[in-house]
Amino acid sequence: MNIDSIKNGLVIDHIRAGGAMDLYRLLHLGDMDCTVAIIKNAPSAKLGRKDIIKIDSPKDIDLGVIGFVDPDATVNVIRDGKLADKRKLDLPERIVNVLKCRNPRCITTVEPGLDQVFFLSDKATHTYRCLYCEARAELNKNK
Amino acid sequence: MRHLIDIRDLAQGEIVSLLDLADGIFAHPEDYREACRYKKLATLFFEPSTRTRLSFEAAMMELGGKVLGFSEAASSSASKGESVSDTVRVVGCYADVIAMRHPKEGAPLAASLRSTVPIINAGDGGHNHPTQTLTDLMTIRREKGSLDNFTIGLCGDLKFGRTVHSLIAALTRCEGVRFVCISPEELRLPGYVRQDVLAKSGAQFAEVRDLAEVMPELDVLYMTRVQRERFFNEEDYLRLKDSYILTPAKLESAKRSLAILHPLPRVNEIDTAIDDDPRACYFRQALYGKFVRMALILKLLEEAGK
Repeated sequence: MNIDSIKNGLVIDHIRAGGAMDLYRLLHLGDMDCTVAIIKNAPSAKLGRKDIIKIDSPKDIDLGVIGFVDPDATVNVIRDGKLADKRKLDLPERIVNVLKCRNPRCITTVEPGLDQVFFLSDKATHTYRCLYCEARAELNKNK
Repeated sequence: MRHLIDIRDLAQGEIVSLLDLADGIFAHPEDYREACRYKKLATLFFEPSTRTRLSFEAAMMELGGKVLGFSEAASSSASKGESVSDTVRVVGCYADVIAMRHPKEGAPLAASLRSTVPIINAGDGGHNHPTQTLTDLMTIRREKGSLDNFTIGLCGDLKFGRTVHSLIAALTRCEGVRFVCISPEELRLPGYVRQDVLAKSGAQFAEVRDLAEVMPELDVLYMTRVQRERFFNEEDYLRLKDSYILTPAKLESAKRSLAILHPLPRVNEIDTAIDDDPRACYFRQALYGKFVRMALILKLLEEAGK
């Protein structure tokens, strides 16, 4: 399979297999008008299988979202067709307006203009909770 | 601006200072009769309450202050669709401190982000109830003499029991408190309390279904009501509501020094025959609630004035 190299943009590599579509959705890549390539289940010496996303646009994206979905992913910044930078990811302390709280009793379900904020409550288990009601963030149910 | 949204907003030293102040007011209420003269407390209760609202109002009156507010959402602009944020910004123009109860979890926190006056969380859905916790801590300290080194049984609705969640968060910061959580499977503690608070603190805790088997171990028994208003499904409520009923027979194996607490209101989970038992502390607990709220109002107004 041949995917053209990108000129100016990002390559998000080493995404755990199956994670690319979560990132596609949460980063709103479907709304971008540039070339976006998603490679699923590519062979990987380190992971066995991995996903890769290539974004042919210099526009900034929220690295915190990538860290939330998969802190082991790597982000390569491409400029003029060459690798210009490698960005290290970590679990962000907060993610804002990325997920919606699924707790029907949460104030965010009724209060207009309130940011949807989740905070890192347990780094070891990668657990995020709603700032308001402390319900656990549920990535796969926010489709 | 200092608010009280979660009991963890207060450092342990601040809690002890508040309890000391509350004890001082309890001993000499006459010294505080003018302490909040010309100050106003707004009680914004979007959900019905008897004890909490009246104890806040009584607390402010006994401090020489005045009270305004509403006791149900239907009699506020919330019924016209006004947001919590707008409500507190408006009320902040008329009052110096706000006590808010709301059925939605996190509503007082959302309010505090926009408020120009201190917000006190007077209960948000099944989430938190920090002033009840201050009441509970004052009761335990007065009845047992200390907040350290005892075994507490928490019994009933531990899933939606906001008073339980706040109390656990507070007691995990004390020394040598052991927790026995007694509930039906469906009403176990939520994960954020069991994992993020209890397990993380390193405190000893156990989860059991049978109250009788653990009764002899307990120094404090914290009973709770299964709350009809927290269930989406009436059938689930009816199935679970009578899971634990404390009777004189069940107390026979309990320590003579046991302290029985209940945030009230009670439905039938404590037999009224127990009310005259010296181990029943729940009506004294309701009394202490007024004094600890007096202490809290004083502290928040003092800090807001700095």
